Amino acid sequence: MRVNVTVNGRRMAADDVWEGESLLYVLRERLGLPGAKNACEQGECGSCTVYLDGTPVCACLVAAGQAEGREVVTVEGLVCGDDPAGEGGLHEVQRAFVAAGAVQCGFCTPGLVVQAHALVERTAGRVPEDAEIREALAGNLCRCTGYEKIIEAVRLAAAQRTTATPSP
Amino acid sequence: MDFLRARTWAEALELKAERPEATPIQGGTDVMVEINLDKGRPAALLDLNPVGELTGWSREGEWIRVGAGVTYARLIDELGEVLPGLAQASRTVGSPQIRNRGTLAGNLGAASPAGDGHPPLLASGGIVEAESVRGTRLIPVAEFYTGVKRNALAPDELIRAVRVPAAAGPQYFSKIGTRNAMVIAVCSFAIALDGSDRPEARRVGTGIGSAAPTPLRAVAAEAFLAGELDWAGGSALDEEVARRFGELVAAAAAPIDDVRGRAAYRSHALAVMARRTLGWAWHDYLRAGRGAR
Ligand SMILES: Cc1cc2nc3c(=O)[nH]c(=O)nc-3n(C[C@H](O)[C@H](O)[C@H](O)COP(=O)(O)OP(=O)(O)OC[C@H]3O[C@@H](n4cnc5c(N)ncnc54)[C@H](O)[C@@H]3O)c2cc1C
Ligand code: FES
Ligand code: FES
Repeated sequence: MRVNVTVNGRRMAADDVWEGESLLYVLRERLGLPGAKNACEQGECGSCTVYLDGTPVCACLVAAGQAEGREVVTVEGLVCGDDPAGEGGLHEVQRAFVAAGAVQCGFCTPGLVVQAHALVERTAGRVPEDAEIREALAGNLCRCTGYEKIIEAVRLAAAQRTTATPSP
Repeated sequence: MDFLRARTWAEALELKAERPEATPIQGGTDVMVEINLDKGRPAALLDLNPVGELTGWSREGEWIRVGAGVTYARLIDELGEVLPGLAQASRTVGSPQIRNRGTLAGNLGAASPAGDGHPPLLASGGIVEAESVRGTRLIPVAEFYTGVKRNALAPDELIRAVRVPAAAGPQYFSKIGTRNAMVIAVCSFAIALDGSDRPEARRVGTGIGSAAPTPLRAVAAEAFLAGELDWAGGSALDEEVARRFGELVAAAAAPIDDVRGRAAYRSHALAVMARRTLGWAWHDYLRAGRGAR
């Protein structure tokens, strides 16, 4: 079947989609957007987190056909500014991950960035408590960092947030 | 495999009547895991996401009617005051991403004995609104679970909504697991106290999860406690009553040994959770000035 979906603001169409396929597979294998990662395919790790109509979800658990006509934003869609390929184009949440050293192998990072982005948007204007950060990131597993630097990155991003930030 | 998209509730019912073998999909948090891990391949998926009629909830007298498309995230945000037991249980489901997609109707459809929605629904006396082109059936939650991962829906029926009485007193949910998130219950327990002004309407509700082939009520424990509580006088909880209540709750379960825990542990934990949640609930009941009226 064909699936029409708006991804990162662009209308896209994927063809020959199998009816039981996930949105994650469509993004990675059919639309050339490998940002969201496939690690568990069962909702446990959060590395496939994307926005679906503005809500963070596990792309591996959304049937491709369920995304028909809807809006998806992936980690690739968070970049901003005139230099999207360079470091200057990174979203402040992404920059905070770099600054805090919250990335080791990087496999969990795209999902964590999207989930952290959602938290920072929701708590705009204040730095969330550690308990709130841990709760928000409870569905994102990281095998490398031990989470401390990730939590630091979220605090940093929240503190640096300015009202001028474009959001998806 | 076919992908069937229902745009309206009427269309969903027609599609399900034509294709009773089709698997409804809402949040997909159970259905997609099965497909991704190749544990089963449905003949067809029937997507209910576009059905606008399912995504809302409404208050109808003393009842809250929760549409089948309402997610756990919304239950927590919007219904925490009127359905506190259900909201507490919803808060323990999976992770934020899972709660953003998963629904109570999906929990009922899957009918896992470990589903966290079941104990609070049992405790408060919820009703499943099942519908087909033949008409509507109201199925009390206690009669909905028919076996391990089996429910009372006919092949052509869909869940339209779940009706839950607005809380008439304190409610608590408790769950045993290895982490605060992403945990399938080792066992779980829900309590609801209905401290009505009319003595004959005063009621204790219970629900047990993950400790029998289906979620179930502890009926003897409910009757015992309703008769022992000092509803009108409002005296402190008698420890012996609480202990006996825990014992009766544990006795109602039929746990097994499995990877998540041993049967003996589950029985013990149920008694502890029953006693503790009763303590919290009675504390709230007294503090709200119930009793002594
Ligand atoms: C990582 C992870 C963690 C989880 N943690 C928990 C947890 O802590 N506690 C818990 O209880 N569950 C948990 N689950 C299981 C799941 O999230 C819940 O059972 C959820 O309620 C399913 O809802 P859904 O809308 O996603 O259902 P779906 O996957 O869409 O459907 C589930 C079942 O219900 C049927 N169905 C759906 N809607 C209807 C309808 N309207 N009428 C008739 N049948 C219908 C489907 O055909 C299917 O059989 C977890 C799942 C994952 C992947
Ligand atoms: S790949 Fe989707 S949650 Fe792990
Ligand atoms: S950095 Fe390697 S999994 Fe998180």
